[in-house]
Amino acid sequence: MRTRVFLLLLIAVAIVVFFATRWVNNDYVFFAGYTVLQFVVLSTAWNILGGYTGYVNFGSAAFFALGAYATVFLHKLYPLPIPLLIVVGGAVSGIVGLGMGYLTLRLRGAFFAIATLALAVVLQTLIVNWDYVGGSRGAYIIRPNEIALIGPYIQYLFLVMLALVVIALTVARGIERSRLGYGFATIRDDELAAEASGVPTLRLKLIATTLSGALMGMAGAPFPYYIGYLQPSSAFGLEYAVNSIAMPMIGGTTSWVGPLIGAILLGSLQQIATVTISSAVNLLIVGLLLVAFVIIAPNGIVGLVQGWIRRTK
Amino acid sequence: MIPRWKGLTLANSLTIEKIDAAYGAVRVLENVSLNVNTGETVVLLGTNGNGKSTLMKCVMGIVRPRAGRIVVEIDGERHDLIGRSTEQIVDLGIALVPEGRRLFPRLSVEENLLLGAFRRKARTALRANLDFCFECFPRLAERRAQLAGSMSGGEQQMLALARALMLSPRILLIDEPSVGLAPVLVSRTIDKIKELKDQYKLTVLMAEQNFPQALRIADRGYVIVHGQIAFEGRSADELNNNELIRKFYLGL
Repeated sequence: MRTRVFLLLLIAVAIVVFFATRWVNNDYVFFAGYTVLQFVVLSTAWNILGGYTGYVNFGSAAFFALGAYATVFLHKLYPLPIPLLIVVGGAVSGIVGLGMGYLTLRLRGAFFAIATLALAVVLQTLIVNWDYVGGSRGAYIIRPNEIALIGPYIQYLFLVMLALVVIALTVARGIERSRLGYGFATIRDDELAAEASGVPTLRLKLIATTLSGALMGMAGAPFPYYIGYLQPSSAFGLEYAVNSIAMPMIGGTTSWVGPLIGAILLGSLQQIATVTISSAVNLLIVGLLLVAFVIIAPNGIVGLVQGWIRRTK
Repeated sequence: MIPRWKGLTLANSLTIEKIDAAYGAVRVLENVSLNVNTGETVVLLGTNGNGKSTLMKCVMGIVRPRAGRIVVEIDGERHDLIGRSTEQIVDLGIALVPEGRRLFPRLSVEENLLLGAFRRKARTALRANLDFCFECFPRLAERRAQLAGSMSGGEQQMLALARALMLSPRILLIDEPSVGLAPVLVSRTIDKIKELKDQYKLTVLMAEQNFPQALRIADRGYVIVHGQIAFEGRSADELNNNELIRKFYLGL
């Protein structure tokens, strides 16, 4: 019941955000906003595995790119509406997430992280050598200029991503308050103790890798329509892997609020830096902030605020 | 508010027959047989690296033995444990208090306890068991909202015990409750286990390297050396009076 209230509240906020952005009446705000929202979904997805379960995934870009390439593939076959593409992209990435979970279930800590990194490299190599989806040359996707009811296509994409944010946040918060969330937390804190308490650790890890992967794929599915020209190096870009780790870390990994705050903060900062300084400075900002937060606030902004509340009490 | 296992009448026992276990090429257990009968507290004595924890893990299905059988009798019904997953073994009513406590440090005391009853079967008696744990360990009730990792070692050991009790276990495995505790806390922990066992007729298998403390609560015991049972004491006295144990382990 409370999840339903939360969902309605989120939808209301999303509607307000959409109309507020529309009221600004500047296409660039939609372009920039789309990227920020995309990072909200990515970092929320990363956090389900990395924050709740404690398994650090360095291969976020691979899942994102899979979603994007699923769209390219389908687009060549038969153009489908974006919501359907999102479902397909999510399914493809979810299945790969499940597979990754099976392959790496014996690995912990740094070894798991390295394995996910390897997965990204392997998938990128496959895509580069697959001509049907453009290979290393990349693939063009011509998006329509307008769409019925909403108007400019970018506004439609923005709205789609806003809906994905609502879905991702609801899933994350739902997990947090469920038995599943507690199960994840036991794996993060002590896997052996979790097993001794009868937590089906393997099954929960697979659920986490699948859910996390699926959400990343869903975030990637509309991407080709947004960018117009998709090439492996942009879809598998380092920035996706780094941002989807840095944003939850900076926001705080223990609750759904953390990745949201981190993504909005860091995402907006990057957009501002892109316009005012240069696009190359983005990762530098991420790196510096990450170092600063690890030193000053290892539990992220959420941890900082929680500590502050506890002290004033 | 009576836990399911209070006033127990049905048989609960654990029989390990000739198990072998290894990590890769390293043999850890060789032809180990032991049994724990209803209401008994059996101690598994041995110093570090002799295979005590591995034996516990074999029972829990965390480590698969290469050979041998592990059979339990739960409420009069026999079950073969080999090939079962850890969750299924927990569902049968076998709980492990892991070595080094292994709490969930970033969760509260109460959350740790609730997680002890993660299995659906255990949740049916969740309320009663939680009340029971707080009654047995008043200290935990006082600290229910505190993070488990911020408590003292002794309190953490109590929490680890209580967490296992949340399963209403028929058979309780306790792996080295004395690890990392001050001597006074070790004896207090042992007292608590004794109290629980006397009051509720728990069937307990406890691995321990603190011989004098373990012998205080043992009905019977085994000494394990290099993965083999070196000596079986059919009573606490037999363990206490054995020449080798007195010489090598008790320093008498």
